[in-house]
Amino acid sequence: MAKFKTPLLDELETGPWPSFVADIKQESAHRDANPDNLDYQIPADTLDDLLGQLELSYKEKETHWKHGGIVGVFGYGGGVIGRYSDQPEMFPGIAAFHTMRVAQPAGKYYDTKFLRKLCDIWDLRGSGLTNMHGSTGDIVLLGTQTPQLEEIFWELTHDLNNDLGGSGSNLRTPAACLGQSRCEYACYNTQDMCYNLTEEYQDELHRPAFPYKFKFKFDGCPNGCVCSMARSDFAVIGTWKDDIKIDQEKVKAYVGGEFKPNAGSHAGRDWGPFDIQKEVVERCPSQCMKWDGNALTIDNANCVRCMHCIDTMPRALRIGDERGATILVGAKAPVVDGAQLGSVLVPFISTEEPYDEIKELINKIWDWWMEEGKNRERLGETMKRLSFQKLLDATEVPAQPCQVKHPRTNPFIFFKEDEVPGGWKRDLAAYRQRHQR
Amino acid sequence: MAGVCTDEEREKVVDFLNGKSSVKSKFYFQDFLPLFPDKKPREVKKVLSALIDGGVLEYWSSGSTTMYGLKGAGKQSAAEGES
Repeated sequence: MAKFKTPLLDELETGPWPSFVADIKQESAHRDANPDNLDYQIPADTLDDLLGQLELSYKEKETHWKHGGIVGVFGYGGGVIGRYSDQPEMFPGIAAFHTMRVAQPAGKYYDTKFLRKLCDIWDLRGSGLTNMHGSTGDIVLLGTQTPQLEEIFWELTHDLNNDLGGSGSNLRTPAACLGQSRCEYACYNTQDMCYNLTEEYQDELHRPAFPYKFKFKFDGCPNGCVCSMARSDFAVIGTWKDDIKIDQEKVKAYVGGEFKPNAGSHAGRDWGPFDIQKEVVERCPSQCMKWDGNALTIDNANCVRCMHCIDTMPRALRIGDERGATILVGAKAPVVDGAQLGSVLVPFISTEEPYDEIKELINKIWDWWMEEGKNRERLGETMKRLSFQKLLDATEVPAQPCQVKHPRTNPFIFFKEDEVPGGWKRDLAAYRQRHQR
Repeated sequence: MAGVCTDEEREKVVDFLNGKSSVKSKFYFQDFLPLFPDKKPREVKKVLSALIDGGVLEYWSSGSTTMYGLKGAGKQSAAEGES
């Protein structure tokens, strides 16, 4: 029997789509029945109160959650987000309803034993509600009370060998695509780099001292399955320096209909026979491909790594052999300033373990941002405020044409005297011999 | 990375926070940098981390932003005194 009537929330169950209201009711009924005879460590009516408060918010059109708090586990400044109801007498089961962020495994590979144990911990010590996964990629455990935090942390770290994720003005939980474990396009081992940097930067993950959040994301190729270019302050995107490898016989096999384009992924309707000219050559953003009816050629110097041709004909075209990554910095969603995509900082960087070159770059960026960044200012905003050139100075990365976003409209690169042969000094007498007054 | 903090540094941070206690109880990391003009931000972080570990300071987090304050100071600390 539900504790509160929730007519507005019930409406959300009537559509054809899955409903979180139905999910919460189902979990609430499960907890009421308690078939495993658990000694629940938070109030049994937590989920009823959660629905009740949400119904009230829908009715009054304002939230009843209080924002933030001092809660956490010892020594960590992240991973726990305090949530409190501002109507604790009416909804005692959610007087405290803290969120815990748990680091997801690289590439989000789980085994069922891990998932079962995680759910066991959360059934006993939390609300049973999870969000798999949050926007940054973490496992999000929704709703527990303060005395449970250290208990959950102990069990996560000791029984599951798993850490809390990032929150607050921290390095956030790094995220990687599944990379070379399953994907032939991956130009480097994303999972290994993600894990290595997560271990390297434990202090930045757990002890907040940045102006605001900072996110790493690792995409194995420019397809960008973790959207690093849009969603991380520091994006590592796999790329290659040499030529796309072409198997001309297999190109012909695609043209002849022997292989399905895009590995058959658009097979839901009849698109007609594959047309390489229209579907590949004319869709190349830099128009660097030609098909003469017999052979496909690519002007690799003008390839912008859009991946479309490789995605369309994966058996005929392959990424090059000289592999590394491009570093883009400053992407963010709108808060202080508007949304930004990442800007290319380093067009090609080594992705060889132990990733010293990348770590050196990260450390320089952080040193600069920690000194210069304002409170609640993401790296992209600091870059915008102080100029990309300041970032180049701080990171000692040379100015390069690929960093120019709009030629002739944002000339943000100014050369210094020591960067110009001969400096600024000139022989005025010699100048006047060539130029009249 | 364990934090390190001398008595003098501790006193400087605590005096700063006590001096501002009538105005506010939570401060951004950047607010502490002027107290230590000769230290880099990462060194200041070590000082604050030691004070957190020692129970002198505590973190406050909105979920997106983190601030530092004297342990137990402020309305919220009183309201959250659950343990």
